[in-house]
Amino acid sequence: MGTAVTHAPATEHLAKDSEPRHGPVKSPSPTALARRGRRENLAGYLFMSPWIAGFLLLTAGPMVASLYFAFTDYNLFDAPQWIGLDNFSEMFADPRWRHSVQVTLWYVVVGTPIKLIAALGVALLLAQKRRGQAFYRAAFYAPSLIGASVSVAIVWKAIFSDDAIVDRTQKIFGIDVGGWTGDPDMIIYSLVALTVWQFGAPMVIFLAGLKQVPRELYEAADVDGAGKLRQFWNITLPMISPVLFFNVLLETIHSFQIFSSAYIVGGGAGGNACGPADGSMVYTCYLYVQGFENSRMGLASAMAWMLLVAVALVTAVLFWSQKRWVHYEEGGR
Amino acid sequence: MSAQATDITPAPSSKGAIRRRLPGSLAWHLGSLAILAVILYPVVWVVGGSFKKSEDIVGSLDLFPADPIVDNYTSLTDGIADISISTFFVNSLLLAVGSVVGILISCSLTAYAFAKIRFAGRNLLFTLMIGTLLLPYHVLLIPQYVLFRNMDMINTYTPLLLGKYLATEAFFVFLMVQFMRNLPKELDEAARLDGCGHMRIYWSIVLPLCRPALITSAIFTFINAWNDFMGPLIYLNEPGKYTVSLGLKMFVDQEGLANYGGMIAMSLVALLPVLAFFLAFQRYLIDGMATSGLKG
Repeated sequence: MGTAVTHAPATEHLAKDSEPRHGPVKSPSPTALARRGRRENLAGYLFMSPWIAGFLLLTAGPMVASLYFAFTDYNLFDAPQWIGLDNFSEMFADPRWRHSVQVTLWYVVVGTPIKLIAALGVALLLAQKRRGQAFYRAAFYAPSLIGASVSVAIVWKAIFSDDAIVDRTQKIFGIDVGGWTGDPDMIIYSLVALTVWQFGAPMVIFLAGLKQVPRELYEAADVDGAGKLRQFWNITLPMISPVLFFNVLLETIHSFQIFSSAYIVGGGAGGNACGPADGSMVYTCYLYVQGFENSRMGLASAMAWMLLVAVALVTAVLFWSQKRWVHYEEGGR
Repeated sequence: MSAQATDITPAPSSKGAIRRRLPGSLAWHLGSLAILAVILYPVVWVVGGSFKKSEDIVGSLDLFPADPIVDNYTSLTDGIADISISTFFVNSLLLAVGSVVGILISCSLTAYAFAKIRFAGRNLLFTLMIGTLLLPYHVLLIPQYVLFRNMDMINTYTPLLLGKYLATEAFFVFLMVQFMRNLPKELDEAARLDGCGHMRIYWSIVLPLCRPALITSAIFTFINAWNDFMGPLIYLNEPGKYTVSLGLKMFVDQEGLANYGGMIAMSLVALLPVLAFFLAFQRYLIDGMATSGLKG
């Protein structure tokens, strides 16, 4: 705050220069209002200018370019050649592509619900005001900050490899399937475990939502003799449904885009880009392989657009479904 | 910390709470501790493993070795592929600090326009901005790469930083807009009557009051930039410019099996800045996360 005050004179100067003839207009005539509106527009777009430049240069422009590349054969060195729908037909006919879709869908469909249920369950536990609540909340949140790092992916690979803790623990229960990261069918579950380990981020959001449920509702339900389970089903769930919707939406969209952990746990680099027998070949891994290892920028753009369409469809379905299960209080949005 | 003020919850109704306090409390703590053990296991594992001999790291079930060694850490002083570890740290630090500065300036300016200026087209632009929040980054990956390649910026930090200075991280814009909208309107209305322009109001009134949101954004940006793997993987191709993430990946590819202990030690060292930030600022991080999900 101290710095802001010391800098003030300079900006005051600047502000006065940019706003001539402002002071004495008290009764706003139509022209004065129009002038004021124009000045607000100018100020608005000046403040927005970094974002507008970024949006045009780094978001909208690239999206259009990507759509164009999707219909071309482009290897970075020669000019893009228009080939119509060939990229798409090649993609759909490619068993490796279909495999990557399958792996990704499985990861999303298995990982996201488990993660969200864990997040909600632990949030319900932590919602009780008890000593140590803040400590547990912080500790459970920590994995969400480091989970995306290369370090954790390396640790994960080790923990889930042959003869490490997970392998030995499952052997105690008579399950002898070996380490998960070396097994084409199991490696995806080590990635599911990694995302579930990061349940802290949605948990924090659930907790904030739970705090806003009015206590009186539970007290009234207690008086009426409603059990805990009914209270959860009839009060808690509807009241936190906006937060639940937010978490489902964000977690699902994020899951579709998993890359780093799959790339590193799966081994990375060269012919063995994502896991034994492509076990952790998630969609973005294959996109990376096609685009940056095989220099097939056109094909990779087509793949990226398919991902966008898939994510947009899921988003649309979720928004459509929220009318049925998300309850917004009046006044909220 | 002032952020704690947001934490006020009405005291739980006393009747039911007292009746079940003792056994309930015990179960609560047991449950929480069990979850904590699962959460912490990988972290404790990597700490313990970094003091073990390479061949004992994966197979041994003891979390901490009976005779701890520091060779794994001393081996790091040799660097990776003839590049000193400190080079990677300096590179990552440069990128992370550069990202923080960019995000703070560009996102707060944009957020101010959305929250405090009534201009034509504001709602449309706001919808577009929220839309980019949901856009998968991978759609932009290839055309952005082509763009930066045509501008001869591959193997520089520009592609990794430019977006931060152009407010492309919609999440932080959104976070700051939410915060600015909740500031008392009277303050900037009074300032406007006194003849203050937007620049003055932004700098002297809104920014100082937004400190919590700015701190949250700064820390998240630092941590995200530090952890980022895909960006540096695509844009940097000269080991001397690698970040810690890429250096670590190079370690895995080149000498991972030969110096497993060193790799584990390096993994831990790479995490330390993030963990330090977390310990120092966890309140801001958690409150920032929590508000992002509300009033959406």
